[in-house]
Amino acid sequence: MSGHVSTYQPTSRWGKWFDERLPIARMMHGQFVDFPTPRNLNYAWTFGGILTFCLVAQIVTGVVLAMHYEPSAAGAFNSVEHIRRDVNFGWMIKNFHAVGASMFFVAVYIHIFRGLYYGSYKAPREVLWILGVLIFFAMMATAFLGYALPWGQMSFWGVTVITNLFSALDGVISGLGTGITEWLWGGYAVSGVTLNRFFSLHYLLPFVIFGLVVLHIWALHVAGQNNPTGLDVKTKSETVPMYPYAVAKDAVGMFVFLILFAWFVFFAPDYLGHADNFTPANPLVTPPHIVPEWYFLPFYAILRAIPSKLGGVIAMFAAVLILLFVPWLDTSRVRSAKYRPMFKWFFWYFVFTCIALGWLGSKPAEQPYVFWAQFFTLSYFAFFLLVLPIVGLIETPGKLPRSISDSVLGKSGGLGLPSGATAAPEKR
Amino acid sequence: MAVVADDVNRRDFLVTAGNVFAAVGGAALLWPFIQQMNPDSSAQALASTEIDLSPIKEGQAITGLWRGKPVFIRYRTKDEIAKAKADDTAALVDNEARNLALPESDPATDANRVKAGHEQWLILVGICTHLGCIPKGQSMGDARGDFGGWFCPCHGSHYDTSGRIRKGPAPRNLDVPPYTFTSDTMIKIG
Repeated sequence: MSGHVSTYQPTSRWGKWFDERLPIARMMHGQFVDFPTPRNLNYAWTFGGILTFCLVAQIVTGVVLAMHYEPSAAGAFNSVEHIRRDVNFGWMIKNFHAVGASMFFVAVYIHIFRGLYYGSYKAPREVLWILGVLIFFAMMATAFLGYALPWGQMSFWGVTVITNLFSALDGVISGLGTGITEWLWGGYAVSGVTLNRFFSLHYLLPFVIFGLVVLHIWALHVAGQNNPTGLDVKTKSETVPMYPYAVAKDAVGMFVFLILFAWFVFFAPDYLGHADNFTPANPLVTPPHIVPEWYFLPFYAILRAIPSKLGGVIAMFAAVLILLFVPWLDTSRVRSAKYRPMFKWFFWYFVFTCIALGWLGSKPAEQPYVFWAQFFTLSYFAFFLLVLPIVGLIETPGKLPRSISDSVLGKSGGLGLPSGATAAPEKR
Repeated sequence: MAVVADDVNRRDFLVTAGNVFAAVGGAALLWPFIQQMNPDSSAQALASTEIDLSPIKEGQAITGLWRGKPVFIRYRTKDEIAKAKADDTAALVDNEARNLALPESDPATDANRVKAGHEQWLILVGICTHLGCIPKGQSMGDARGDFGGWFCPCHGSHYDTSGRIRKGPAPRNLDVPPYTFTSDTMIKIG
């Protein structure tokens, strides 16, 4: 937290000499070793570490793949097959990267839902939340650009459909949308020129994300972590040092996550992809059923739910942008949904809404799917525009424990822990 | 000489003018970096394509390529032409001809979307005006949608036998590219 002072003590003369000139070890020690973390964090809080791992893994495997990949319309598809078949361990590194993108989104969605459930976006963490949403945008852009690179049918048509979203602006100012799409394409249709620039930007954006992650962690370490009670940390005894406590817990979460990750990489590497992407890109034939990668399906369902081109595009972008305003849409003073009996149910309905939209996004654009996509699109926006402002005003929150210590030691009334489940009494 | 801080003096003017020059210069430098992404001369040069229509039988369709875009060429049957003409008076989503050879305000009648004397030939840019997929309907076995023209499977847009949008999210009729008949069986697009 902002008041926290590093307890770093250089042990060698050289360490002392260096610390006086560049106290980086002191800073890292203060931020990642003895940093105070709330003692009641649960496993939902292990995803920050997991996401950092995902970002680093994507950058490392991506740099390696770029050594063997050829960003041209003629060579891209074959060079990806070359990586899969010929390059030493290319199959493994390519699978790490492709599956890694999916796992990155698994982790980020859990991370976002955790933030929503425990009210981690509320004061004083608004900037922290907004930085997180910006990271999410940058991730979506990076994933979209990266999916173009294998230059299969899904790559090509995915790029065509998504870049054509901008042509909806023709409905606002005539010619504006066409101008933007041709500018993005570098031609009158998606071509190798487009692929080349997408490759360049796909390499750039992860480093932008890295910069945003540094700011995200900085903002986190100013306010300190939220915790399952949503209460502020009051005394030092309510925290434990990050190392070994939080680090050990993060490691357990990470191992479980890595088991799933490795299972996909080694046993079902193409399960999350699409068979059509093993057909080389053909600008004259659209596959009968275009779908984006699973992590974009809810937004794709919202796009298709609105029976107007500009309206669909606006709704899709609004579905992501609305996250930026969550800190001000929620009127409840209680952070954690644990003590919000009404909001809790709306939250789980919102989770169900997102999953339902994802499923509907994978279905063809026909009835009854379109109707249900419209229904859940309404639910999605109602959560932000109606539930967050209104429930906060009309709900009677459950009885909050007086402090994190009370919650941990089971002294709280109301919705506290049953007496049989109390933690061991504090011995210090 | 005493200078009152609130007064606008010569130094304020110089600072503002200097900053404005720097901003204009910076913005001007941005332009080449934006412009480099636009279609270059080599892309613009691929302006026209010639296509031979003689092998196409009545009811068949072929797809050509013009400026990297697919071009639908359909030899319409009598029924299809009659249906297209009948639908001139139907409620259309987009009432503009979308024929690059005609003024923008011309109505979307079938006559405005083909060449007089060559009504059997419907020539269109084969890109759905929604999000750029290639609609189905060129091959014999394809689904042609509720109006017998083309159907875009991506998001469910239906086009009629004149290439006009009738149902679904697409906002505009399929574009008619600029083309001329160089002979009875040869067209030049672009």
